[in-house]
Amino acid sequence: MTLQTPVERPVAAPGAAPASPDARSRDKVFVCMDGNEAAARIAYALSEVISIFPITPASPMAEHADDWSAAGKPNLWGKVPDVIEMQSEGGAAGALHGALQKGALATTFTASQGLLLMIPNMFKIAGELTPTVIHVAARTLATHALSIYGDHSDVMHARATGWAMLAAGSVQEAHDFALVSHAATLRSRIPFLHFFDGFRTSHEINKIAVMDDAVIRSLIRDDDVLAFRARGMTPDAPFVRGTAQNPDSFFQAREAANRFYDAVPGIVTEVMAELAEQTGRRYGIVDYHGAPDADRVIVIMGSAAGAVQETVDALNATGQKVGVVVVRLFQPFPTDALIAALPGTVQSIAVLDRTKEPGAVGEPLYQAVVAALTERMDSETPPFAAMPRVIGGRYGLSSKEVTPGMIRPVFDELSAARPKRHFTVGIYDDVTHLSLPIDVDYRTPRPTGEVEALFFGLGSDGTVGANHASVKIIGEGTDLFAQGYFVYDSKKSGGTTVSHLRFGPVQTKSAYLIDAANFVACHQFGLLDKIKILDFAKPGATFLLNSPYGPDEIWDRLPIDVQRQLVDKKIDFWVIDALAVAAETGMGTRINTIMQPCFFHLSGVLPAAEAIARIKAFVEKTYAKRGQAVVDRNFAAIDASIARLGHVTLGPATTGHALPPVVPAGAPDFVKSVTAVLMAGDGDRLPVSAFPVDGTFPSGTTRFEKRAIALELPIWDPSICIDCGKCAMVCPHAAIRMKVYPAAAVAGAPAGFQSKEFKSRDLPDHRLTIQVAPDDCTGCGVCVDVCPAKSKTEVKHKSINLEPAPEHRDVERPHWDFFQSIPPLDRSLIAHDTVKGAQVLEPLFEFSLACNGCGETPYLKLVSQLFGDRMIVANATGCSSIYGANLPTTPWTVNAQGRGPAWNNSLFEDNAEFGLGMRLGLDAQNDHARRLLAKLAPAVGPDLVREILEADQETEPGIDAQRARIARLREVLGSLDGDARTDARHLLALANDLVRKGIWIIGGDGWAYDIGYGGLDHVLGSGRNVNVLVLDTEVYSNTGGQASKATPRGAVAKFAAAGKGRAKKDLGAVARAYGDVYVAQIAMGANDAQAAKALLEADAWPGPSLVIAYSTCIAHGIEMSKSMSHQKDAVRSGYWPLYRFHPSDTEAGQPFKLDSTKPSMAVSDFVAGETRFAILARTQPKRAADLAQLAQADVDERWRYYEQLAAMHRSVPHVHSDPDARPATIEHPGLGSVEAGDEA
Amino acid sequence: MTVDLRTRYLGLDLRSPIVASASPLTGEPASARLLEQAGAAAIVLPSLFEEEVLFEDMEINRSLEAGTDSFAEALDYFPNIESFSGAGDRYLERLRQIKAKAGIPVIASLNATTAGGWVRYAKLMEDAGADALELNLYHVAADPARSAADVEAADLALIAAVRTSVRIPLAVKLSPYYSSMANVARHVIDAGADGLVLFNRFYQPDLDLDTLEVVARLDLSQSWELRLPLRWIAILRPELGPKASIAATSGVGSATDVVKALMVGADVAMMTSAILRNGPDKIRTVEAGLRTWMSENEYESVSQLRGSASSTAVEDPSAFERANYMRTLRSWSAPRDLTTA
Repeated sequence: MTLQTPVERPVAAPGAAPASPDARSRDKVFVCMDGNEAAARIAYALSEVISIFPITPASPMAEHADDWSAAGKPNLWGKVPDVIEMQSEGGAAGALHGALQKGALATTFTASQGLLLMIPNMFKIAGELTPTVIHVAARTLATHALSIYGDHSDVMHARATGWAMLAAGSVQEAHDFALVSHAATLRSRIPFLHFFDGFRTSHEINKIAVMDDAVIRSLIRDDDVLAFRARGMTPDAPFVRGTAQNPDSFFQAREAANRFYDAVPGIVTEVMAELAEQTGRRYGIVDYHGAPDADRVIVIMGSAAGAVQETVDALNATGQKVGVVVVRLFQPFPTDALIAALPGTVQSIAVLDRTKEPGAVGEPLYQAVVAALTERMDSETPPFAAMPRVIGGRYGLSSKEVTPGMIRPVFDELSAARPKRHFTVGIYDDVTHLSLPIDVDYRTPRPTGEVEALFFGLGSDGTVGANHASVKIIGEGTDLFAQGYFVYDSKKSGGTTVSHLRFGPVQTKSAYLIDAANFVACHQFGLLDKIKILDFAKPGATFLLNSPYGPDEIWDRLPIDVQRQLVDKKIDFWVIDALAVAAETGMGTRINTIMQPCFFHLSGVLPAAEAIARIKAFVEKTYAKRGQAVVDRNFAAIDASIARLGHVTLGPATTGHALPPVVPAGAPDFVKSVTAVLMAGDGDRLPVSAFPVDGTFPSGTTRFEKRAIALELPIWDPSICIDCGKCAMVCPHAAIRMKVYPAAAVAGAPAGFQSKEFKSRDLPDHRLTIQVAPDDCTGCGVCVDVCPAKSKTEVKHKSINLEPAPEHRDVERPHWDFFQSIPPLDRSLIAHDTVKGAQVLEPLFEFSLACNGCGETPYLKLVSQLFGDRMIVANATGCSSIYGANLPTTPWTVNAQGRGPAWNNSLFEDNAEFGLGMRLGLDAQNDHARRLLAKLAPAVGPDLVREILEADQETEPGIDAQRARIARLREVLGSLDGDARTDARHLLALANDLVRKGIWIIGGDGWAYDIGYGGLDHVLGSGRNVNVLVLDTEVYSNTGGQASKATPRGAVAKFAAAGKGRAKKDLGAVARAYGDVYVAQIAMGANDAQAAKALLEADAWPGPSLVIAYSTCIAHGIEMSKSMSHQKDAVRSGYWPLYRFHPSDTEAGQPFKLDSTKPSMAVSDFVAGETRFAILARTQPKRAADLAQLAQADVDERWRYYEQLAAMHRSVPHVHSDPDARPATIEHPGLGSVEAGDEA
Repeated sequence: MTVDLRTRYLGLDLRSPIVASASPLTGEPASARLLEQAGAAAIVLPSLFEEEVLFEDMEINRSLEAGTDSFAEALDYFPNIESFSGAGDRYLERLRQIKAKAGIPVIASLNATTAGGWVRYAKLMEDAGADALELNLYHVAADPARSAADVEAADLALIAAVRTSVRIPLAVKLSPYYSSMANVARHVIDAGADGLVLFNRFYQPDLDLDTLEVVARLDLSQSWELRLPLRWIAILRPELGPKASIAATSGVGSATDVVKALMVGADVAMMTSAILRNGPDKIRTVEAGLRTWMSENEYESVSQLRGSASSTAVEDPSAFERANYMRTLRSWSAPRDLTTA
């Protein structure tokens, strides 16, 4: 092996560019794909066993593998790989280890916390010198917050495992280095961690040269494969591996593998050379780009290398001498190659790390570079005249942007006399002052002929899909290169998307967002008021706006800022009413098919006629499998589009309106200064000091995010309302509310505010109002679907009806404000175990950003209504943690007394244990408080102490009474002095925990049935008083619908593309087996009263409770407005039986109560209405029929079993005296004995 | 005596005049086989409703696209399904399977809503092996802006379009709700149809008083319903001449029903409700009954029987055309519970 110096060899561009024009020759196949697919193609071709588990942003790699396997696609050797979904990444790594030890070629894909769960097995796999590759879409590790975005904090925590680490910086490299990794691992026996930047590379779509089987085969040597197989376990040639070793042997044995690591840099270099021979794409394990006589050099790894390279080129063009070293093989660290790559003239080096290791002397790449230089300078032939100065910077955490405007200041810093030894790039640190300035106006020259285009849209309008298509149309159909990157916000309903597209004659290195586009399109008129869209337009750019107003009307409807920018930048402005065209052509609200031809027409990337033909060909290819009707409608929309474009003559920049404030004027300061900035999309500009130091944020902030996304609003007709409360009960966003209040409260109501007499003997002279929150409602229509009150004269008219939002929003706003001002009814005046009663209670979970019609959130809202002011929530990672607490806002809120749910998310896998820990902490504090209280009895007063210690807090009035006592206690404690002072201070800190609290452990089925199951089982077996609520959507909803063990038989899901063959796990049965666990299965849409009752019983049960809630989900393939009707059918068909298992302590007790009636509908009729089942009959009819038959048998058998259970007597011995509990009897003079540790 | 049950329908030679008409049983290969074994001379598959194909395609596409490209962690919610079969594909596949096993003619049936749909699916059905095609003109003319003439003209244009696109024989199933049934029938034949199927039964919707919703309701036909086709076949048989085939359908439930249908001039009698009620073996019973009746009444063959009581063959042809209103009323006697109440 020879290491090339920058002087010796032609410079290979870091980044994915073909090395020479011949790389674009006809014999190469260019395809547009993202980094995940690019890597997965190679991994799949070279594996026999693939164990998988979903985690963002790596899931698509596993999904591709599963799709290909389900479709029977063979690997390089003609075998279809076995793809198996495991219960966690820990499980996936275990299965990987096992398959490898058998001698099977195996791989897996992961990221972030998933990689951490694999680490124990990674040590073993490396220790056994086992060739394999894990492909990682590198993602931030959760610390003060979770982040799904990209940095190297996950892979850097695998450094000690003994795996080689190879970093790809582009989509092409993800493809190429996947192969390099697989080839090198087989040659070296060292397992490889192949990683690329999450989202930036994993999700960027780019035009790459795809390697065919011949190229792959040329790098994979049969002898290596056979040698690997020969080391596999077999009883025909037995051995033991995985022994235990003692002090006499372990150390030496650990050193025995050193030579294998020493060989890795050479082997990777060799494989890369072979790759270059085959493809023309030349890489080194360390590459240098820049001036051969550079004085300043940046060392970097990953996708940001492109921005550094662009900056280097631009600075060198102005006479500077700078360069960049791109490290590709990070471990074993290639010291020789690094030294060889650095120009001999280098004087100062900045090492940039995309990770943070708090408290370390520097981040990992920095440390490695410093150590390598120090070692070599200490050798007989030091490479440099003097030791270059090395400084280290952090950049790009959680996909923070890296642009030339951030890189140039790094080179400036290297020129400084005393540069910052450690610094940060791309943020403003006004606390520790580590950040370098950002030159926001600095841009490197764009290649001639390049078009940069930006598209602002909504997730639901198809903008991203169309832009994906445009990249493919141009990238695969022409000689142009194409890049697409898509930015989403964190909202599951009404979320905005921004598509960043680059087209040009050369492959772009720019792995960063576009901020000065030639073409800008706004696909949603409403976004003009929310995002400063034209900030991103170059002078002279083209702007296309989807507008309900034509070219003659539009001008005066624009915000004044937009008018000004249009004029100042001399923008070519076009409008089209795409929604109207979509409606006319049967496309609904998906305007992509109309906007896309307009883009081609206006941008001139392709000749107009050719563009239309290519769009149509693409539509045909995409939709033909979905039926001619779908194709025809898309064609009609395409044909109707361009004729409707209107050119706008720019007017005076004076007639528009001012932008509305992001949050109301009365919002709290933090909301105004931080939350509002995040909401406006300006979060990048917030300085370090703006943020809480420990990830703690105020509750109740969704109420300030007035999104007004509903196209239709539910409007109440009190004349036929029957006061049932169902509309409020099922609202996924708590955007339709019910209030009961004294008749006098309606005085001063704004005109048109509606109310009706509340029919109740207990509450005479009260009125009732059902009110929509017009800016928070998403218009999902679930409330209308469940409303049982129909007009006597027109049956389609219900008590709640969807009506066009523009006609009602302004009317309802003051009504909502007034409604909010009416105090909630005293909770003790109404029964909580009825739907109506529960809905009068104030929700403390509101306006979540869940999907339209979400089936989960109504349960959370109900729980918050029943127990919100005294609940602590442990929330598993998943949908509920995202819509529950993804910044900028949170729906968990507080009541007028300032009480509300206290919420936290630990991880995906440990949520039950996390919640149990909260219970242990609460009990410990309660126990301690009781002891202190007893001890302070003489000072506090024995009567008050006894009342507090013996308080009956089973009911809410009991809890209220205790709160009053605690208030009195606090007053007394505050006045205590002398000897009692210390105890009093401690008791003051703990006194509130003498009021009964509930621990709610909340998560989805992926957590409860799979990754967290072991912990959940343990917690249910602990006997401790925790309430577990499983929001069972029967798939991993948050990561896009992968199968879990809750997925029913016959349903198609990701990782179960051929329909799940096995029946759903009966989680309730496992819990019931303990005997002392309260278990209920509920479905709000089928029996809302039973759902409320079950939650109340779960809260009241002093031991563990498990409530499994059927939650309709977008992944079911249903019309979400009919969410509750689907739940009803699920129960009617017996698919989802309702029951409550209330442990009984009497021998005659019948703890199992079946709450649903005998199935009155065939399961086949239920499943026919859900795409997840129905699609199988259209892909694999025979299998679908077989599974359908089994599914009916599952239901019949379970019903038979449950009927028997319902008749059975069972008792739990001594349910109320837990043998594990250690109640201490406190003896105190003057008080008698009081049991401690017996809260409620 | 032996009787000859053979007949010709749409140019197809059939072993008997008893045809199993569109029902769930004719649409599945296994039950279609049972019908053949029970003696059905031909089977008519259930109609492929273009509307249903469109609805299903659009709905599945909508639900597969719902939520896509909205949220970074879940860019879609279903596996990448390379291809799936729509309602049309599944129909054609079943047609192919049934045809592959059948020793009797298999007639496909189509209800389309667009000119393109009629022609495309007719052709696909021909390609899938259908021996003949039945066009099911089943629509409710609810648009007050369209005159009877407009509606009829559109239907005739569709028939003509299909005729030119396929080579297999073509039957048209009509409803009885035309102002001038005889006129329409003639035009249908002139437009290229090889025969008529009389009549379509429209399933009339009902109200569910619990939910206050409109619900679909299916009632199986009764023998008395045969009288409507009997009248019109009797009238049309001489009008249309021997070239045009006629099938009687609605209320054919017994051997005597078949006899009557043939007598007024039908080439075949189609059974659905009776088979659904009693199972495929009902065909065997009816055929045996037909043989017995013919034998006892000394009819040698179906061709002898056919049309022997059509309007031109009976003593009082006007009986078929008379409104019969007065006589029917007079012959009605009140049920006992009314008179004794």
